[in-house]
Amino acid sequence: MLLSIRSLSKSFPGTKALQGVDFDLAAGEVHGLLGENGAGKSTLIKCLTGAYRRDGGEMFLQGHSINPTSTAEAQTLGIGTVYQEVNLLPNMTVAQNLTFGSEPRRFGLVDARMQSRKAREILAPYGIGIDVDRDLGAYPVAIRQIVAIARAVELSGKVLILDEPTASLDAAEVRLLFSIVGRLRDEGLGIIFVSHFLNQVFELCDRVTVLRNGRKIVTAETAQLDRLRLISHMLGRELEEAERHDRGASGQNAERREPMIRFEGLGRAGMIEPFDLSVERGEVIGLAGLLGSGRTETAQLMFGVRSAGSGTTEDAQGRVAHGSPREAIAAGFGFAPEERKADGIAAELSVRENIILALQARRGWMSRIPRAEQERLAAHYIEKLDIRTSDAEKAIGDLSGGNQQKVVLARWLAMNPRFLILDEPTRGIDVGAHAEILRLIHEITAEGMSILVISSELDELVAVCDRVIVLRDRRHVAELVGEDVSTDAIVRAIAKPDAAKVVEPA
Amino acid sequence: MTINPRLYPLLATIGIFVVGYAICYLQFPAMLSTRVIGNLLTDNAYLGIVAVGMTVVILSGGIDLSVGAVIAFSGVFIAVLLRDTGLHPIVVFALLLVLTSAFGAAMGWLIHALAMPAFIVTLAGMFLARGAAYMLTIESVAINHPFIVTLQNAYWLMPGRGRLTLIGILMLLAVVAGVLIAHRTRFGASVFAIGGGEQTARLMGVDIGRTTILIYAFSGLMAGLSGIVFAIYTGSGYPLATVGVELTAIAAVVIGGTLLTGGAGYVVGTLFGVLTMGLIQTYIVFDGTLSSWWTRIVIGLLLLAFILLQRGLLKLTAFGDARA
Repeated sequence: MLLSIRSLSKSFPGTKALQGVDFDLAAGEVHGLLGENGAGKSTLIKCLTGAYRRDGGEMFLQGHSINPTSTAEAQTLGIGTVYQEVNLLPNMTVAQNLTFGSEPRRFGLVDARMQSRKAREILAPYGIGIDVDRDLGAYPVAIRQIVAIARAVELSGKVLILDEPTASLDAAEVRLLFSIVGRLRDEGLGIIFVSHFLNQVFELCDRVTVLRNGRKIVTAETAQLDRLRLISHMLGRELEEAERHDRGASGQNAERREPMIRFEGLGRAGMIEPFDLSVERGEVIGLAGLLGSGRTETAQLMFGVRSAGSGTTEDAQGRVAHGSPREAIAAGFGFAPEERKADGIAAELSVRENIILALQARRGWMSRIPRAEQERLAAHYIEKLDIRTSDAEKAIGDLSGGNQQKVVLARWLAMNPRFLILDEPTRGIDVGAHAEILRLIHEITAEGMSILVISSELDELVAVCDRVIVLRDRRHVAELVGEDVSTDAIVRAIAKPDAAKVVEPA
Repeated sequence: MTINPRLYPLLATIGIFVVGYAICYLQFPAMLSTRVIGNLLTDNAYLGIVAVGMTVVILSGGIDLSVGAVIAFSGVFIAVLLRDTGLHPIVVFALLLVLTSAFGAAMGWLIHALAMPAFIVTLAGMFLARGAAYMLTIESVAINHPFIVTLQNAYWLMPGRGRLTLIGILMLLAVVAGVLIAHRTRFGASVFAIGGGEQTARLMGVDIGRTTILIYAFSGLMAGLSGIVFAIYTGSGYPLATVGVELTAIAAVVIGGTLLTGGAGYVVGTLFGVLTMGLIQTYIVFDGTLSSWWTRIVIGLLLLAFILLQRGLLKLTAFGDARA
């Protein structure tokens, strides 16, 4: 084995990121590393590249125990990494980037001509004819990615780690990258390939290892692995397990719904393929899919966080403009983003201020909401959503995660939107609050509001949704309605290699 | 052979200088003489030197607000030491350069170790240096050491009776040194790398701490050298001198085509930035009717034009970021 990792462990305060993980990489193989958010992939890679120090376990490179303490040391040992966000300098020339740290010098000064020649030599086997004296930033991401690989191979030359290298490439660029990776494998490099795109993993990798919750679940030859098996390993879901959930009040009035908003052909190149979606009054739609499948991107296009490249949106009154969050709010949309701490709350402001934030923003700062009205709103939602806080003036940062999430919910409810998007509404909150949020979602829709929920917790989607849209590789690939909504069906839809719809929308 | 787009800002700077000079020449043919050019270099020598240091700082994405005060301190330091001690000027110069370099290095260390914005640290440095100058003296001290007088009168007579003075030569040497350091050494590559992105630079193996300290030490060294040149030029030390020169130097760097956010630019561009600003002043002297405030107005307009140009160029040349 080129690289062997034995019972690697790493903890952070409150979490065990890796527990006794074994991993083997042979020379001349491409080894896929798979797992959902928080599975421990990036922790494993960071231990390997010296960005983190491991707590326990051993790592051997060609039989020698290694213990890198910095990226530079890992590089010297022979382990090079290329990240999704290219870790080169766009403001310097391709030649400077390729030779950085080992510039050819004459009389103590960098010899620019030699530097360019050396860069051309390094790039020669990659078959990209580019002017090495131009700024790296002048080239597309795919070329930068290849330059980064060339540099990593030049410096390290034993193990190459590719961390989501294809996330921002188009199909032709992925081809180019794969042919290069294939060549490097044939030359005897060990390559670790991290990706969310299962098709790519199946195409490129000789073996895959699946991590979940910091543990190694399985290592297997790709040829002997089927998709369904792989996905249930990643999601930790046994398919035999039959799940019956009471579909509750939301399922019963399915016939009486009227369409409210129709998105047609909404899409943006590189983000999500065009999709159609008709939202009905008072329904809960779920978006399911693996990380990177286009769930959040769908929400961002709907709320105008990123402008859509194509598509139209209509309601009973005609065209709906939602090209920016401002327009989306005016159209009666709401969006509670995934990163609650970063995007959702203003931690130093009080509960009251956080609740009225969006409402005040819509009215404009010139027409301040009267204090009495603010207090009335805050009191109303604290009671309605059962927000546990000593009083409305407490800083929201001091509340628990579940209660913070309720405040974010209250903020959007105060706007009285007709269509609310919740991205991972239950992430990082405890079990009790979890159930309460789900109950609230039901209550809200009973009043006629429609909700789109994005979640990695399949149970949660099954419990709360009338309809689940399944995404894969940035496409809406299936729609499950009513009785068909089950974790089993969702997993099958995610795994299905063809993009055929399981159920045609009514 | 097409022109590499990374040269556009530099070419724009040189183009503006050449066009400006042509306009001046059309109106006042006398301006095209080695005398005018000699004076341009002499009068702007101290600014050119300090701007070279500032260029390196700005290339790294930083800023050094202390340099104006350091120049004033240098003048006072030289004047007072020559007046009160029997030290030879060469010794005084050496002491001064060690002192200002160490001062710059200390600021660089603070910026790195405390992860403080360079703006704040060098602002404090500015007050410290200015205060130290006041501590030495509160009035203008004349320098009449015979060695200094010799330096003042040292020049090379160019064809056309223009005088290329010693301090003008010093400025050109400083520019040459700056060009080599910024563009032809590993230290220079590290400066550009930090300006392009500190996190990435670290991943590529740059010693951020060492480089940051060296950057500000270099700026301190250049400010000290500029102070020596200014003392020779004015023949005195005065604690209230060169107020706001740091901002003029920043303006020269930006007009010279260096990106104010760091990571892109040329030291030689800064020379043309300084000369362009000097050219405007010379034009106003030749014209005789214009108020000297026009210098500032034109510099303001030029700065604005360059910021707009850089924005435009970034949009044109940066590939793919729009879709990332």
